[in-house]
This record gives sequence, C-alpha cells and structure tokens, in this order.
Amino acid sequence: MKQMAFTYQSGLSSESVTLQNKIEMAEEIKDTSVISIKNLNVKTKDGDILKNINLQIPKNKIIVLLGPSGCGKTTLLKSLNRLTDLHKELKVSGQIIIDGQDIMKAGQNLSAMRQRMGLLSQRPFPLPASIYKNVAYGLKLKGIRSKKLIAHSVETNLKRVGLWNEVKDRLKSPATSLSIGQQQRLCLARGLAVKPTIILADEPTSALDPISTKIIENLFKDLKQHYTIILVTHVLRQALRLADHVVFMYYGEIIEQGHPDDILKNPKTAILKKYLVDGN
Amino acid sequence: MNRWKIIEEWFFKIISFIAAYSVVLILLYLLIVVFNKGIGALSWEIVFSMPKGGYYFGGGGGILNAIVGSFYLSLGATVLAVIIGLPAALFINVQLIRLKRTQNTIRFFLDALWGIPSIVYGAFGFAVMLFLGLNASLLAGIITVALLITPILVRAFDEVLKTIPVELQEASYSLGSTRTETALKVLFKQGFAGFITALLLAFGRGIGDAASVLFTAGFTDNIPVTLDEPVATLPLSIFFQLSSPIEEVRQRAYAAAVILTVIILIISVSARLLSKRYSKNIIK
Ligand SMILES: Nc1ncnc2c1ncn2[C@@H]1O[C@H](COP(=O)(O)OP(=O)(O)OP(=O)(O)O)[C@@H](O)[C@H]1O
Ligand SMILES: [Mg+2]
Repeated sequence: MKQMAFTYQSGLSSESVTLQNKIEMAEEIKDTSVISIKNLNVKTKDGDILKNINLQIPKNKIIVLLGPSGCGKTTLLKSLNRLTDLHKELKVSGQIIIDGQDIMKAGQNLSAMRQRMGLLSQRPFPLPASIYKNVAYGLKLKGIRSKKLIAHSVETNLKRVGLWNEVKDRLKSPATSLSIGQQQRLCLARGLAVKPTIILADEPTSALDPISTKIIENLFKDLKQHYTIILVTHVLRQALRLADHVVFMYYGEIIEQGHPDDILKNPKTAILKKYLVDGN
Repeated sequence: MNRWKIIEEWFFKIISFIAAYSVVLILLYLLIVVFNKGIGALSWEIVFSMPKGGYYFGGGGGILNAIVGSFYLSLGATVLAVIIGLPAALFINVQLIRLKRTQNTIRFFLDALWGIPSIVYGAFGFAVMLFLGLNASLLAGIITVALLITPILVRAFDEVLKTIPVELQEASYSLGSTRTETALKVLFKQGFAGFITALLLAFGRGIGDAASVLFTAGFTDNIPVTLDEPVATLPLSIFFQLSSPIEEVRQRAYAAAVILTVIILIISVSARLLSKRYSKNIIK
C-alpha cells in the first residue's frame, strides 16, 4: 500500500523524487514497454495452460493476441490483472512487470493495481444498477465523494464512447435496458472512468453487430494515443485493421510475433500459415 | 414412418397434458375441499378476535392469537435465518470461490439438513430449550423454526448466487472492488430478486410447519408480549380444533386452514411480483 502511494507520488511532486527514482524514471523513458512478462507459466493439475511466456508490450499501441480457441489468450489477459486469483486451480508463476512493478508479488494493493487496467469481456456484463451508477461505480470505489466530480466524469466518459447523446435522458434506467452494443460501450466507459493506462479487451466485438463493432474499433484507434490496448480477436481482418503488433499463440506458447503486415502476410511458421489459411 | 411419428407426437402430447393438468387438478381439488369445509365457519370474528373462554368446546371468539403468533414466530425465525444464512451463502460463493470441493461438501451437508423431517428439528429444539433452561416460548419456537429454515434459505440464496456469472464478479474486481465490496455491491444486488423469493418461501415454510413448534412454542390464548411467553401458531391451532369432538369446532379448523392457505398464497404471489419488480436491473 505504502509502496504504491509512493510510486504514484513520484511522478507528481518533485520533492519526493529521490536519486533512485530519477534513475528509474530515466529508464522508463528509455524502455517504452509498459508491460513486461517474464517466464509466465500458468498450470493446472491436468497440464500447462501457458508455457513460459515472454512478452514485451510497448506503450500506447494496440497489441493483438491471435490463436486458435483454447490456446490461452483469455488466461494470459486475466493473468495481467490477476483475475486468475479467482481460480485456485490455476497455479501462476513468473513475473509480470507493469510500470516497473511486479504485480505477482504478494502484498500488492490489488484494487489499485486492477484499476490501472480496464477490462472488456466477450459479452458486456453491466453491473446490476442504472447507467449512471455503472460509470460512477469505480469512482466511488476510489473514494471520490464529490457529486459534481462524479457527474462530470460520467458525462465525459459516456461522451468518449459516443453514448452520451443516446442515454443522457435516461441515465437512471437500468443498464440492461440498453442494446448489447450500447452495453459494451457502457462497460468501456465504466472502465475508462477509473483512469486506467491499459485496456484489456477479450474479443470485445464478438457479440456485436457490424455497426457497433465499427464504433468500438474506431474508439480503440482513438484511445491508443493514451492507452496501451491488449486485444484478443479471432477476426483476422480486425487484427489487420487495428494491430500495431500481433502475437500468435498456439497451445499456450507464443509461436510468432511482429508487425501485422509481416506476420499476417508473410508468416514464417507452418502453424501460423495453416491458421491463416483455415481462418480465412 | 411418417404416420408413426405423428402418433408418437400425439402420444407424448397427451401424456404430458395429463401429467401437467393432474397436478393442477389435485391442487384445485385440495383447495376446494378445504374451502368448502371451512367457508361456512369463516367470519370476521374468527379472523379478528381472540378465543373466548371455552372456545375449543364451541365457545365464541376467533383465532387472532394464532394468526398473530404465527406471524411473530415466522418473522423472528426468518430474520434470524437471514442473519445467519445470507453471510453464509455469500461466504460460500465469494470467499470459497476457489475451493470447489469445500463448497460442494458444505452444499451436501446443507442438502442433508434440508431433508431432515421437521419433527426432528422439533425434538432437537426441545433438547436445546431444556439445556438453555428456556420454557416453551416464542424465543424457543423462533430458534427451532430458524434451525429448520436456515438450511433451506442458505441453499436457496446459494442457488441464486451460483447463477450469477463469474464474469460479473470479474468486472467488479477489475474495477477495483475488494471481495467484500463485490459481495455487497454487486452480488447482493444482482441476487436481490432471488433473495426476496427465497425469503418469502422460507417464511411460508416456517409459518406452515407444525412439528417444529409442537414442543417448543407452546400454545396460548393470548398474544405474547415478551419473547419468553408461549405463543400460539396456526398449524397447532388447526390441530387442536380438529381434535375436538364438537363438529362446529372442527369446522373452524377448516376455516383456520383456509386462512393459512390464503396467507401462503399471498406470500407466493408477492414473491413472484417482487422478484419481477427487482429483476429489472439485472443481467440474465
Ligand atoms: N480455471 C480453469 N481451470 C482449468 N482449465 C482452464 C481454466 N481456465 C482455462 N482453462 C483451460 O486453459 C486453456 C486456455 O483457455 P483460454 O480460455 O485462455 O483460451 P482462449 O485462447 O481464450 O480460447 P477462446 O478463443 O476459445 O476464448 C483451455 O484449454 C481451457 O480449458
Ligand atoms: Mg478466450
């Protein structure tokens, strides 16, 4: 807890910047990757789900995770904000360093760590509350009490996902009264409201119609100026449209990665070649 | 070939039709018999007045003592059961989410408790009552009925919580909630409609059970003012009136049965309505 508060402060107030911090900050600027995964293993008693994953994720880019069903994309995503903790049967080992901190270390302030990442799942799961409260929820958890501040943030974030005009007259209605596409945008707004720096998106458009899909895709393109986005998708064309970097996984391992134009158009491995042919 | 398919189709249609409607018919028949026998003795007096002297031998008055007593007792028991049951159900589903085997063991024991006949709870409550030095009283009755309905309530709450998608919990955690916040602000709200239904059904079970209160709640012609006074209940009131040699009193037993049935019907219908009203916010 203390350690977290300290790191947060170091960026804000010059007084608390020690020499050690200056060095760390300098390194951070040089090393543009926000997330650095080292030797990540996720096992169950039946076998390995993720095998020795090593991955550097650069800042303010869209990274697409690609691979056949069951290859461990969701598990990798959930390891990043330690939702894997919810499943005792999963044994997670290795290092995940986000903004210089190993999130795997015990004693982390999990809430603050998770708030640095917004999560979008395959299907939208709005909280059982009104549209307004869905966006306000994370803010209240952060200890923000000011009604004005909350109202302002709700409006800003709903505008950001292009939902404001559609819902501004019915903020008090249940979130479930929205269409699925609207709900997914609401879930994005809800995640953005807690001011994350990373967005984890697990096939966020697979339940959406083409128009809602397009809205989400365009949002992602805008958002990457300020956020690092890790996107799981099965749609190769979506990967081509959005990705700055593509990671191809197969049976819990990273087989190939690189710029989408390289790896999707000139795959090196036979496995990826086959996947691309079958997928198209 | 095609003809056989059609015959088969018809055959199963008729079977399921008969099965479904016979259940409804039996229920209707039961209601008709009880109402038919009881309606003659049903009056404002029986609902709204206390038994007068010699009531069980044909004297005047009503069974207000038992109606109010039953409400006191079931209400007390339900409150007690919720105080124990809701945290228990949340505990099973939130804290133990990673320990599937422990969860299932607990569920197994709760189901076993559910199956124990209520007379056994009555006998157990009686033993506890003697051990604690209590008399047959409202308090002893409340404790015993709470013992009876707590497992029912925990399992009903548990079933509600089980249907809540894991992804909703994940959404809550990823917004930064702790376990307690997830339990109270997300799971509790998502399950609210189901909880209300479970609550009313447990209340209904409590209000209708005779065996558990037989030794523990006692019986009285008054409405208890304190917890250590005995309390009358509708099921026992029906039992005593039905045991009377006097025809008129036995008729009143059916009137009391009508009242109990109507109370239970009101509870079921309100459970439906409330759960409809409160489920508008939740994802299905
Ligand atoms: N809690 C768990 N317990 C046991 N096995 C699990 C658990 N979670 C995931 N797995 C297994 O791990 C493997 C990877 O699952 P994961 O959900 O990460 O795949 P995925 O790449 O996201 O697939 P999809 O594209 O179908 O979503 C699967 O074989 C799955 O059965
Ligand atoms: Mg997946």
